[in-house]
Amino acid sequence: MGGTPTPLPVPTPGATAESPGPHPGPEPGPSGTGQREYPKEAIYGKDAVFAAIPWNKAVTALGELVTDAKWDRQELTVTVAKENIIASCQAVQAAGYNFFEDMTAVDWYPQEPRIQLSYHIVSYGLKERIRLAVRLDSTDLTVDSITSVWPASNFYEREVFDLFGVNFSGHPGLTRIMMPPDWKGNPLRKDYPVEGYR
Amino acid sequence: MAPIAAPDMIVPGIDDVIADAQHHGVDSAGEHSMVLNMGPQHPSTHGVLRLVLEIDGESVVSLAPDIGYLHTGIEKTCEAKFYQQVVPLTDRIDYLCPMTNNLAYCLAVEKLLEIEIPERAQVLRVLLNELTRIQSHLVWLGTHAMDIGALTVFLYCFREREEILRIFEALSGQRMMTSYFRVGGIALEPPLGFAEWVQRFLNDMPDKIQEYENLLTANPIWMGRIKGVGYLSKEDVIALGVTGPPARASGIDWDLRRDMPYSGYEKFKFAVPISTDGDVWARYVVRMLEMRESVKICQQALDVFTSMPVTRLTADAPKIVLPDREQMKTQMESLIHHFKIVTEGFAVPAGEVYVGIESPRGEMGYYVVSDGTAKPYRVHMRNPSFATLQALETMCKGRLLADVVAVIGSIDIVLGEIDR
Repeated sequence: MGGTPTPLPVPTPGATAESPGPHPGPEPGPSGTGQREYPKEAIYGKDAVFAAIPWNKAVTALGELVTDAKWDRQELTVTVAKENIIASCQAVQAAGYNFFEDMTAVDWYPQEPRIQLSYHIVSYGLKERIRLAVRLDSTDLTVDSITSVWPASNFYEREVFDLFGVNFSGHPGLTRIMMPPDWKGNPLRKDYPVEGYR
Repeated sequence: MAPIAAPDMIVPGIDDVIADAQHHGVDSAGEHSMVLNMGPQHPSTHGVLRLVLEIDGESVVSLAPDIGYLHTGIEKTCEAKFYQQVVPLTDRIDYLCPMTNNLAYCLAVEKLLEIEIPERAQVLRVLLNELTRIQSHLVWLGTHAMDIGALTVFLYCFREREEILRIFEALSGQRMMTSYFRVGGIALEPPLGFAEWVQRFLNDMPDKIQEYENLLTANPIWMGRIKGVGYLSKEDVIALGVTGPPARASGIDWDLRRDMPYSGYEKFKFAVPISTDGDVWARYVVRMLEMRESVKICQQALDVFTSMPVTRLTADAPKIVLPDREQMKTQMESLIHHFKIVTEGFAVPAGEVYVGIESPRGEMGYYVVSDGTAKPYRVHMRNPSFATLQALETMCKGRLLADVVAVIGSIDIVLGEIDR
């Protein structure tokens, strides 16, 4: 392996981008109306959030699908009805939120609706992230799978099925992923003891 | 079970692969395929990953990963701990980049608490994160090359990795499970001679990277094994949730350090290497260039860090950050704070946050939900290898069995973070 060292070929010329770039921030609203800055303080409720950031792409895309919204700690959470999850994902995908990052659940036992599903979706173009939330009653823990929109959600839905016992209709192979196939119970539920059953 | 023809983008389950193979076995065309069980104790799987492969001769027809062998329920354990007690658990998720995990978790809790940490601590965090990235990439390079048959590189890489681990040991007392970051800052002041030590390492590192490249880059065997293997298109990257170097090797120009900066990354100048080839070779090139960029970031961070006056490395939040040892023994207030933090933890305002940072393997995200008490209501980790594993089938389908080993090496898999 002697001889002159061969420099590593730089893949695509001009393809590397220099940092830093200041955060471009939200795009200007139409015809200079309204304010483009994100508010510093938390805002709760659909109407208040819609009034504060009407130019937000996710807000405009989802529109009537939204049942509740929250702007907290510089993060936008949008709650949608469980029947509308596929439609909501398609709407935000069309609005530029192109990358499915993460999906998980939170068990609010003993409150109802018990299970909250949180989908984190990021836009590579807008450099923004949104959280879609779905609330499920413990009487009906079934929701549509979004693998048809983002196949990446496959493993995440299997994980939630395994650890929380939520059923995803339309999922191509809903089996346990972390626990053994013959395991009883859903370990991440709040009524499952931390030490397990012995 | 009826054979299932899995749609292209959907990873099949184990049963599907087996049923498929049985179906092909009785095919009237006389086609013959078999099921091969690879792992969970296979040297190339870097942990305990089981792959069920359907192979026809030597080419892979379909493939299903079986994970969960290392599942220890860290997410469940977090719910029973105080916020500060979760930090050591995060180390154990991805044992090759403990500092990255610490940082993601601490940033998430700091966001919930809405506290700012001093700039000096932020710079030190960036410095240590980039050292961690170099360390993790060194393990990747060594084991990836070893899987393919180049054992020498492994020994070279571990020589430099050892140096970084010694620095970590001097800092935190631990080589791998450092737990050096705290909610609200950093645990300890770095020891005397730390800056000089890191400077010596940074002076040597570019030459060492050149040394690895001399062994591999123009090596015809190396190129023959990885060029054109494991192709992943740009569309598949987005569809399958791939992040980090494998995504950038397929032409996705996205790096959270640059595009959604955290911990003061916006103050550093670095390039984000990308390639459009999308194969194992491109991932190798991207990671090698990334190591060089990391050295540059380390150098900038070290310069800033040494030029700053020595101040506390923790936020001014006495109810959250443990007081100095000296103060604790001389001031009543500090003693009370210390006692309360240790015995009762600190309450975190209710809310939910998601913080995503760029780990050596891709996007590492922490989703922390608080109900207003001193213990997290829910902690979820978004781990890059977990999502990238879904793309394994797309990358290996129709290729040779031996290429599977190269592809697994190229996505830099860590089973600890997949199973959690």
